[in-house]
Amino acid sequence: MILLVPSLVITLLYFMFQDAPRPPGAPSPFNTACLVMLGVFPLIVMFLITSITMQRERVSGTLERILTTPLRRFDLLGAYGTAFSIAAAAQATLACLVSFWLLGLHTEGSPALVFTIAIINAVLGVGLGLLCSAFARTEFQAVQFMPLVVAPQLLLCGIIVPREVLPDWLQWLSNAMPASYALEALQQVAAHPEPTFIATRDICVVIGFAVAALALAAATLRRRTP
Amino acid sequence: MSSSTDELIRRGGDVAVDIHGLRVVRGRRVAIDDLSVRVARGTITGLLGPSGCGKTTLMRCIVGTQLVAAGRVAVLGRPAGSADLRHRVGYVTQDPTIYDDLRVIDNVRYFAALYGTGAAAADEAIVDVGLTDHRTALCANLSGGQRTRVSLACALVSHPELLVLDEPTVGLDPVLRVDLWVKFDELARRGTTLIVSSHVMDEADHCGDLLLMRDGRLLAHTTPAQLRKDSGCQSLEEAFLSVIRDSTAARPAPAG
Repeated sequence: MILLVPSLVITLLYFMFQDAPRPPGAPSPFNTACLVMLGVFPLIVMFLITSITMQRERVSGTLERILTTPLRRFDLLGAYGTAFSIAAAAQATLACLVSFWLLGLHTEGSPALVFTIAIINAVLGVGLGLLCSAFARTEFQAVQFMPLVVAPQLLLCGIIVPREVLPDWLQWLSNAMPASYALEALQQVAAHPEPTFIATRDICVVIGFAVAALALAAATLRRRTP
Repeated sequence: MSSSTDELIRRGGDVAVDIHGLRVVRGRRVAIDDLSVRVARGTITGLLGPSGCGKTTLMRCIVGTQLVAAGRVAVLGRPAGSADLRHRVGYVTQDPTIYDDLRVIDNVRYFAALYGTGAAAADEAIVDVGLTDHRTALCANLSGGQRTRVSLACALVSHPELLVLDEPTVGLDPVLRVDLWVKFDELARRGTTLIVSSHVMDEADHCGDLLLMRDGRLLAHTTPAQLRKDSGCQSLEEAFLSVIRDSTAARPAPAG
């Protein structure tokens, strides 16, 4: 499921846009939409999987128990991050292969950069998921954090309405959200053959968000509880 | 009441757990109120009392997962929850805390890896709890008693000096209970200190020492023989009830 779903959805997207009219000279709408998907999928999927897995650890008592062992908190987060990032990497590899090779996705910049951004988004998803699991009492609540945390980011990151035409206060909100930077970086890669300054800066910002989320998540892992 | 621990400690025995003036507040309730007790090394201490009396909270204090309002808890000469105690103290929670979607052997190996003891220790722990036939079974498919034993194996794998067991025999059939107590006796003989909670009084006879708790207070620190003598009852069940009656009579009636 983890491996195949994104590739299948991107293929669906391809056929959706197959017969869509496109103005001469403009990039194909599939190109734009496919890139967004490559960036967004790792974020959503990893967020969901991590928040639910961690929530289960908290509720079942296994978290409290493994925290009585010599395990260090950062080891635990690191292990979570690595395990899910490997899953995300496999997923993104397949999705990128299908997009670039079978469906003819074209970017000016290197596909490797697209892949890198997808992985960083996955790590961001892991960090946000670990953090949100601390605030959910049940798995049911954990799932509901998805629309709360991820949906506003997708709405405001410039996919639906370009960021420049958003009202000022929404632009501010958009500036404070990591997905906006991830998408901007992807658009830069699509438009420019060499990595641009903006793309590099954006990637660094997303990494910063991911590290901050992981650090905050570490703070929610308490050995002693009331 | 005097207890074998007091005598042992007086004779120069080692103290495994030393609790002084412990107070724990959970939510708005005082879960443990001004509790002081000492447990000698190499003994089996039974922690007995009605459900909700603070047994689990006390155990969590000893393991170091409970926020404490006042008092001090020393375990093996170190403050409870210290980093270097995590190798030396094993904790088996009341509900088996194991991963249902892993096999028995994977669960125990995971904890062996966390404690840094290796795969051989994991195999040994599985033999110890008598689950050799179910090594490769998925934990979700096991019975309640088997899951309890997997959880126990996950603690045994670190060869702890102090083993804290929260109602390890609940829901087990009599044969298994006897087997487990034989196992506990054997661990104690090899020098492990065990603290075992239970609300089945007939298990108290397996313990060298008894701690009787009620409403977050320690009613008595005694031994099975002493408890029988003091209360004049042959059955420990009746003896415990008589201690509770005495303590209720001795305490002033709560206001309001």
